[in-house]
Amino acid sequence: MIELTNVHKAFGPKRVLDGVDLTINRGESMVIIGGSGTGKSVLLKCILGLMVQDQGTITLDGEDTSKVERDAFLARFGMLFQGGALFDSLPVWQNVAFRLLRGSLAKPKEEAREIAIEKLRRVGLTPDVADLFPAELSGGMQKRVGLARAIAAEPEIIFFDEPTTGLDPIMSGVINDLIREIVVEMGATAMTITHDMSSVRVIADHVAMLHGGKIQWTGPVGDMDNSGDPYVTQFISGSAEGPIEAVR
Amino acid sequence: MNAVTRPLATIGRVTLGFLALVGRVAIFAGQSIAHIVRPPFYPREFLTAVLNIGYFSLPVVGLTAIFTGAALALQIYSGGQRFSAEAVVPQIVAIGMVRELGPVLVGLMIAARVTSSIAAEIATMKVTEQIDALVTLSTHPMKYLTAPRVLAATLVVPLLVGIGDIIGIMGGFIVGTQQLGFATGPYLNNTWNFLEMSDIVSSLIKGAAFGFIAAVMGCYHGMRSGRGAQGVGRATKTSVEAAAVLILAANFLLTSFFFAT
Repeated sequence: MIELTNVHKAFGPKRVLDGVDLTINRGESMVIIGGSGTGKSVLLKCILGLMVQDQGTITLDGEDTSKVERDAFLARFGMLFQGGALFDSLPVWQNVAFRLLRGSLAKPKEEAREIAIEKLRRVGLTPDVADLFPAELSGGMQKRVGLARAIAAEPEIIFFDEPTTGLDPIMSGVINDLIREIVVEMGATAMTITHDMSSVRVIADHVAMLHGGKIQWTGPVGDMDNSGDPYVTQFISGSAEGPIEAVR
Repeated sequence: MNAVTRPLATIGRVTLGFLALVGRVAIFAGQSIAHIVRPPFYPREFLTAVLNIGYFSLPVVGLTAIFTGAALALQIYSGGQRFSAEAVVPQIVAIGMVRELGPVLVGLMIAARVTSSIAAEIATMKVTEQIDALVTLSTHPMKYLTAPRVLAATLVVPLLVGIGDIIGIMGGFIVGTQQLGFATGPYLNNTWNFLEMSDIVSSLIKGAAFGFIAAVMGCYHGMRSGRGAQGVGRATKTSVEAAAVLILAANFLLTSFFFAT
């Protein structure tokens, strides 16, 4: 279980997170929604320790994440980055098997390659992609490779940062379905940040709306349309009228 | 704040900013060394860096050295004629190349070629979240990116300097024997007999220092890059400027250390 309590983060005078309280239960798929620049990525980076919150605590299974052993902590996570964040200098299979080629989870090269190819297959890519370089792939294929890398070491917790940004609606649908299938299949805890409502409906068990540095509403995805929360209602409808200012 | 204190405040702010920068760079350099000596090690990244910094720099180092050695021979000959000292061409080319021009020119070429490349690569990795991805994959970015490059540059640049020294002397030899009328045997004898071991050692130590500076500057500015294409461009430009200035400053200090007494 991931638990955030009163998390604050500011950049100079700009308060991005202003007292975030959120609980993500084991095996649950939580989707954080909110407009651009509302701090969704910052929240995710604070959990991973890529950024340090100014105030508040983040715990994983009751342990303060700032005090845990970093390698063991990070070994429990997989992450799909918004732009893929694939390493340009490495072929696709080495990107996917990056964690399996070094560190505490290191495996022999041939075995790591086999696992990488199996994970590529799982995300719908053929083995001939394995020896290409990321620059030779389309945006959708890069997302799939990023997804394969995120699941390569079979992590307990997977983070997805804007998984469908920059993709056409059909490819977005494919990626959303893949994420849902993989999360269910692995029994992983998932946290996705997005402002794509089609992703939310496919991926989420629970939804949290982040706005003004706080979680404005959280609940099961089935309750989202009738939440009664003006922020969620406006965000879902995409209306310019409501408590969220259209010009930020 | 009045007209008297305002300039003082500006001087103080600039001084503090500069000292903070020196401190950050020194800490970064210290951390780089710590990551070089502490496991885990990444031999593949180290060998790639050796290839990129060493092998692929050979053409530019060789061409720079041969033209510089040739021009130096012509300058010494024409300048030496003014006081009937044109016969010292072999000795001055050798000492000039080995003590000064070889290490400095190779250092500056490495700053132009390698520092810029390292800074641009790491800055792009930062902008595209590849550095964050490394962290999430339980890999320390300084250990994976900085340590192999700094170690490779520190070990390989002295070799490049040695090769540059030899090619530079060869450039002077070609001009001396083909254009200025020196005999081959005496030219080589004068070159060989005049050089001392301390000249060669100082040249190689300078190379190691310049390689270290070039790689640390590339990594430091890449890691601290701002966002977007502008951030990458600024990091690249600043890294080369900083490396070039620090190499020249270090050259003065090392020359003072080796030869001032």
